[in-house]
Amino acid sequence: MPNKTLPVAGPDKPSRTRLSLPVTAPALLLVLIVMVCVAVSIGSVGVRLDTVAMVIRDHLIGAKPAASAVDDRIVWHLRLPRVLLAAVVGAGLAAVGVALQATVRNPLADPYVLGVSAGAGLLASVAITLGSVAVAGLSTSAAAFVGALVATMAVLMLSRRAGRVVPGRLVLAGVTLSYLFSGATSFVIFRSSDPNAAHSVLFWLLGSLSESSWKNLTLPAAAVVVSGVYLILQARTLNALAAGDDAALSLGVSVHRTRIQLLVAASLLTGVLVAVSGGIGFVGLIVPHVVRLVIGPDHRRLLPTAMLVGAIYLVAVDMVCRIAVRPEELPIGIVTAVLGAPVFLWLLRRSEAS
Amino acid sequence: MRLSLSGVSVQLGATPVVSDCDLAVGDGERVGLVGPNGSGKTSLLRTIHRAIDPVAGSVALDGDDVRGLGQRQISRRAALVAQDSAPDFDFTVEEVVAMGRGPWLGPFDRTSARDKATIVGALERVELANHRTRRLSTLSGGERQRALVARALAQESPLLLLDEPTNHLDVYAALELLELVRDLGRATLCVLHDLNLAATYCDRIYVLHRGRLVAHGPPVEVLSPDLVQEVFGVTCTHVTHPVTGGLLLAFSPRKVADL
Repeated sequence: MPNKTLPVAGPDKPSRTRLSLPVTAPALLLVLIVMVCVAVSIGSVGVRLDTVAMVIRDHLIGAKPAASAVDDRIVWHLRLPRVLLAAVVGAGLAAVGVALQATVRNPLADPYVLGVSAGAGLLASVAITLGSVAVAGLSTSAAAFVGALVATMAVLMLSRRAGRVVPGRLVLAGVTLSYLFSGATSFVIFRSSDPNAAHSVLFWLLGSLSESSWKNLTLPAAAVVVSGVYLILQARTLNALAAGDDAALSLGVSVHRTRIQLLVAASLLTGVLVAVSGGIGFVGLIVPHVVRLVIGPDHRRLLPTAMLVGAIYLVAVDMVCRIAVRPEELPIGIVTAVLGAPVFLWLLRRSEAS
Repeated sequence: MRLSLSGVSVQLGATPVVSDCDLAVGDGERVGLVGPNGSGKTSLLRTIHRAIDPVAGSVALDGDDVRGLGQRQISRRAALVAQDSAPDFDFTVEEVVAMGRGPWLGPFDRTSARDKATIVGALERVELANHRTRRLSTLSGGERQRALVARALAQESPLLLLDEPTNHLDVYAALELLELVRDLGRATLCVLHDLNLAATYCDRIYVLHRGRLVAHGPPVEVLSPDLVQEVFGVTCTHVTHPVTGGLLLAFSPRKVADL
């Protein structure tokens, strides 16, 4: 008998880091907490790390603040809501990216592939340039949310054939409508007589967390927690979807119904995130890829890990945005792209080499 | 009957691809489905998990119409090893096999000790226990197909469906895979291209030609030279296998000049 039962493809060593979730999740959570404290301490005025910890501790346990009123205001009222919003948006974009890449089985899918950001950008720019009257009295972020939902509905309708969403069509419809909405946005900016308005639209489109406050944090935080839990409970389903439609059906997943549920959940969450942060590109594309390259595509581990890494990444990026060109602030979308692209390309080359 | 298709007709868009097909697989029976490319084999197979619903006729698993069963129920009764395609997401062997437990686990269920034992058992059955941490893309074609068979085993369904499982496999891996499937002893419906493999490993064979089932029965009776000529357009002679004594189809070259 020929000796062919032996593996041909090299030595049988684990080809991937097999860190288990009970180890990685607490470690990443710790890194996130440290990152949040560091990010709060750094800014136009530095605050000592121990002061940051003290202020947060006193507020959490309801004690009388021991720090000075100025430090208390900087840490608790100005910086912490913003840093936490960065964490929430980062975790949310990563979760949506992971879910969409499996749902449409396209590794290039990101939270904006459904036309969400372009639709949001159009209505936001109308609200900024023409005033809120033009969008029925909605605030910029409310207008952005409505735009996101309208765009998503349009993309979902266009990508249906015989009542079923076809993933290939979804991506094409999303990309096409994104161009359409971007064109309309450019027209709105071009026709605007107010140069400041054009500048604020651009700033919004590139993403910004400067509108953060405790009040603005509640809704996105709740949305990310609820969707995060929902998606983690769907982890096995996402695995099956990633294996292909016929495989998923034979594994007991009602593919067409599940896909629509996941797309609706993903677009609602993206709408909420875009409304508070503008168009922060690349995070939802890059973070899932990087985490998948390291720990593999099993969504039971991938989803929670990617959410934590997304949170850490965006907190770090936002910190860079605030200090890189002081006293000016960089739009966060520029930095996510400039930092994200080289890291991603390096990882890609490394994984191909191995 | 584990599986029975009665009067099944399938259309893709407006094009009829399968018409009025009756097919049955009994407990522990290995049934082959053969036919030229485009004859509708895969379409017929895809009606079982409702990837396509037939325009006429019905599909039943253990006597229950699949339209009345939930997707989960269907997947507990029939597991599918689909045609080999390049995976978009590079799971490890163990992760792939673990997917087979999906039909039995709700969103709040953790993988239990029994689930893990089932997964390990399936890996050992297909002799991939040593490769469990390998990524699917690093395996040979035969190993990849065996991993998918292990996923089907972990599903613990009494019926196994295979769609051209020996595609892209060298002759050793093809024989190894079909012997593995034979030794499982489960009711099996297997789409095959190679008529000699079908004759060797199937109890009964159905022949699909232009969307219609034109013959069924034991391989020796069904794969007659006349039928092979009519359906596949090639000339063959029945030969007795010199070692096994079984049926062997010897195909003749198509041009007289090559004879």
